[in-house]
Amino acid sequence: MNPRKDLLTISSLSDEDIHTILDSASAMKDIFTKSVKKVPALKGKSVLTLFYEPSTRTRSSFEVAAHRLSADVTTFTVSTSSVVKGESVHDTIDTLMSMKMDYIIVRHKNSGIPAVIARHCKAAVINAGDGAHAHPSQAFLDAFTIREKYGTVAGKRVVIIGDILHSRVARSTSVILQRLGAKVAYMGPGPLVPPEKHTGIPRFTNWESVFEWKPDVIYLLRVQNERIDTPFFPAQDYHQAFGVTGERLRRIDDLDLAIMHPGPVNRGVELCDDALEYRNSLICNQVENGIAARMSILYHLTPQTPVHE
Amino acid sequence: MPTIEQPAMNQALDAWAEQLIGYAAQLPPGKLALVGLIRRGDILARRLSEKLRAAGCPALCGALDISLYRDDWSMKSSKPALHSSYLPFSTDDMYLVIIDDVINTGRTIRAALNALFEYGRPAGVRLECLVDRGGRQLPIHPDYTAFTLDSPDVEDVVVHLSEEDGTDSISY
Repeated sequence: MNPRKDLLTISSLSDEDIHTILDSASAMKDIFTKSVKKVPALKGKSVLTLFYEPSTRTRSSFEVAAHRLSADVTTFTVSTSSVVKGESVHDTIDTLMSMKMDYIIVRHKNSGIPAVIARHCKAAVINAGDGAHAHPSQAFLDAFTIREKYGTVAGKRVVIIGDILHSRVARSTSVILQRLGAKVAYMGPGPLVPPEKHTGIPRFTNWESVFEWKPDVIYLLRVQNERIDTPFFPAQDYHQAFGVTGERLRRIDDLDLAIMHPGPVNRGVELCDDALEYRNSLICNQVENGIAARMSILYHLTPQTPVHE
Repeated sequence: MPTIEQPAMNQALDAWAEQLIGYAAQLPPGKLALVGLIRRGDILARRLSEKLRAAGCPALCGALDISLYRDDWSMKSSKPALHSSYLPFSTDDMYLVIIDDVINTGRTIRAALNALFEYGRPAGVRLECLVDRGGRQLPIHPDYTAFTLDSPDVEDVVVHLSEEDGTDSISY
């Protein structure tokens, strides 16, 4: 793969880059089965996780990935940082540059902040989610999970269900799946699903249309906590209209469809309890593959920090 | 560039397999495993293991990608996709033979040894290569080499194997 400092979006990658990262993720996953689950590839390198938004899964997944590559990891979270004391992003960048970090993994509620940091730092910057814009490492682990399940992504039909409009997962994952030759459709509450004429992606607002479209994979998005149980978003109504209910699960089982979800699942909202035990649920595979995909991303990026001085 | 052609290579591989059969005879049965270094060492290991099987002396065979153990990793900006290592056996108490196409500085073998020992504790490890081209930077020496091209006149050694390159030859 060509030298690349940062991973900010899937769209910025070439097809070769995407394939290289996915292929290496398979090799990374083999490390998990060895007696020593660690390789020295990033020995002596420093990784900073800089999360301005709460996250347990993505942050710990990146941390495990960095540890398995033998990097040193420092965690910087908003509640413990000087951001609450009013430090601006630019001041934080100056601080980070002084720390001589090799890799910075950033999550921020505003789109574009990882790109600003990437422009100003010599460190390799990985976007771990910026606003409703992009979440490229999630896209890689999703594509990797589908490829692992079916042997290929090309020709698979994936319907993404939920609040598409505000979802960086929907955005990045549909881009990578389409680049790899999959067909993608969206389903969710009318006002939260962009029109087909803007995205080129088929748009449904009910389950009947989803089943008629004959998907291979049902990909449920997480309903954001702040939207649940507001007068506009009663949990029970959402579940009945857009969630995987017991009845829909039986149909999904009959059709042998796979279920995916970026986690954490709101039980009784996106998925009924039984759906979590479903034989074709790939949700745990996604968690495991997230580590392999992130190891591969870290391995292939090239910081511009000096190697020998 | 002088070239060693296919007939000479075939002959060398037969002699190499004979030598391995001699080595296997000294070991407890079922304890010999060839570990080819991806990519061309892996191809050679598979060919040798096929020859051993045909001679009634089967050996286990695996493949190792040492990319993640290289010491020049941080100096490289462009990294090819990794290959999956494939060791379908426990290395504990096994006699492993590392197979590679060319030994030069010895750094690849240093990386291979580090990688191997993360799979377990083999009883012994040997190193066998198709070509020794000298130029060692580490105290590592092969136990067997089919060709030695260690001369100041040799600037580069390129091994072609039919599975990867469509032809068998060594140019130097």
